[in-house]
Amino acid sequence: MNINLTLIGQSITFAVFVWFCYAYVWPPLVNALAERKKQISEGLAAAERGQHEQELAEKKAAEHIKEAKGQASDIITQAQKRASEIVDEAKDDARTEAERIRVGAQAEIDQATNHAREELRKQVAVLAIAGAEKILKQEVNAEAHASTLNALAEQL
Amino acid sequence: MSGESQTAAQYIQHHLQNMTFGKFPEGHEQAGQWGLAHTAAEAKSMGFMAIHVDTMFWSIFLGVLFLFLFKKVANSATSGVPGGMQNFVEMIVEFADSSVKGAFNGRNPFIAPMALTIFVWVFLINFMDLIPVDWLPSAAGWIGHNLFGMDPHHVYFKVVPSTDPNATFGMALSVFMLTLYYSFKQKGFIGFAGELTLHPFSSDNKLLQLVFIPINFVLEFVALLAKPLSLSLRLYGNMFAGEMIFILIALMYGGGWITGIFGGFMQLGWAIFHILIITLQAYIFMTLTIVYMDLAYQTSEDH
Repeated sequence: MNINLTLIGQSITFAVFVWFCYAYVWPPLVNALAERKKQISEGLAAAERGQHEQELAEKKAAEHIKEAKGQASDIITQAQKRASEIVDEAKDDARTEAERIRVGAQAEIDQATNHAREELRKQVAVLAIAGAEKILKQEVNAEAHASTLNALAEQL
Repeated sequence: MSGESQTAAQYIQHHLQNMTFGKFPEGHEQAGQWGLAHTAAEAKSMGFMAIHVDTMFWSIFLGVLFLFLFKKVANSATSGVPGGMQNFVEMIVEFADSSVKGAFNGRNPFIAPMALTIFVWVFLINFMDLIPVDWLPSAAGWIGHNLFGMDPHHVYFKVVPSTDPNATFGMALSVFMLTLYYSFKQKGFIGFAGELTLHPFSSDNKLLQLVFIPINFVLEFVALLAKPLSLSLRLYGNMFAGEMIFILIALMYGGGWITGIFGGFMQLGWAIFHILIITLQAYIFMTLTIVYMDLAYQTSEDH
C-alpha cells in the first residue's frame, strides 16, 4: 500500500506504451480494415453492376431472339411462296409441253392421213380406171376420158 | 501454502507485500544504500524513494507482450482474407475504435490507440489474477532462495499489478495529465478556468457571481480530482478484493482434505466469475478514459 516511485514509473510506462501503439500498431491495422472495407464495397458495387449488365444482356438477347424469329417466319413465308410459284411454273411448263407434243402428234396424224388419202386417191384412180376399162373395154379411150376421171378422183 | 511455519495472517500479509527496491532510511544498518526490503516494515520505511519491482516487471512484461503481438499482426496485416490471429486482433481494434467513435465527439487520432492500449493492457494485467495465487510467488521465492541466497520468506512477489495502487494511480495520472492538456488546448486557459468557476452556480448579478466563483471552484475542483481518483480506485479496489478472495480460498488448502476440495471448487467458481470482472474492469477503465477525453473536448458546456 506504499505510494512510491512505482507511481511515476507506471505513468511513464503507460505513456510509452500508448505512444508506441499510436505510432506503430494502430495505423497498419486500421488501414488494413479501411482497405478491406473499401474492397468489399467495391466488390458489392461490381456485383451489382454485373447483375445489371446481365439483365440488360438478357433483354437484348430476348430482343435478338424475337427479331430472329420474325426473320425466320418471313423466310419461311417467302420460301413457301416461292415453292408454290415453282410448282405453278412447272405445271405451266408441263401443260405447254403437253400441248406442244399434242400438236406435233396431230400434225403427224394429219400428215399420215393426207399421205394415206393421197395414196388411196391414186389407187382409186387406178382402180376406177381399171374398172372402167373393164366395163367400157373397147369403146372407151383411156386418154380421152383421163381428165374426167382425174376430176372425179380429185373429189375424193 | 508456501510454508508450514506461517500463520494465516502472515500468509496473507506476505501475499499483499510488493517486492520493494529502495533506499534504506536513516537508522537502518544499510542506511543510504539501495536494496530489496526484507520485511513489510522495511518497505514502508523506505518511503517514496522505492520502486515495486514486481509491479513494474509484470506491467512492462505484459505491455510489451501486447505490443509485440499486435505489432507482429500489424506488420503482416492484409486487407485480404485475415488469418486467425489477425481476425482476433482486428476484432479488438474494431471494438476499441467503435467505443471511441461512440463516446468521443472530438477529432483526435490519439484517443483510439490509447483506448486500445488501455483495454488490452489492463485486461492482461488483471488476467494475472487468474493464475493460482501461489504459483508465481513460490517460483520467485525458489529463485530468490537458490539463486540469490535469500530467505524465501523475505522474497515478496505480488503478481497482479492492478492490485498495487501505484500502478492504477500511475495510469490514471497519465490519463489525468492528458485530460488537463487537452482541456487547456481546446478551451484555452480562460475557457478552462471559466469551466471550473462559473458552474454550477451562476448569476447575472456581478457581485453575486463574485461570491459564487470560489464556491464553484471548490465544487468543480473536487469533481476534477475525483475523476482520476475514482478511475484508479475502482480498478484497484475490484482487483484487490478479487485477489484477496483468491488468497483466502488458497488458505483453505491448508485445512485438510474436506476444506481443500471445497476450496478447489471455490477457486474454480471464483475464477470463472472473475473472468467477467477482469474484462469488465478493463472495459470500464477504457470507457471512462474516453469519456474524460470527451469532456476535455467539450468546449461549450450546457448544464
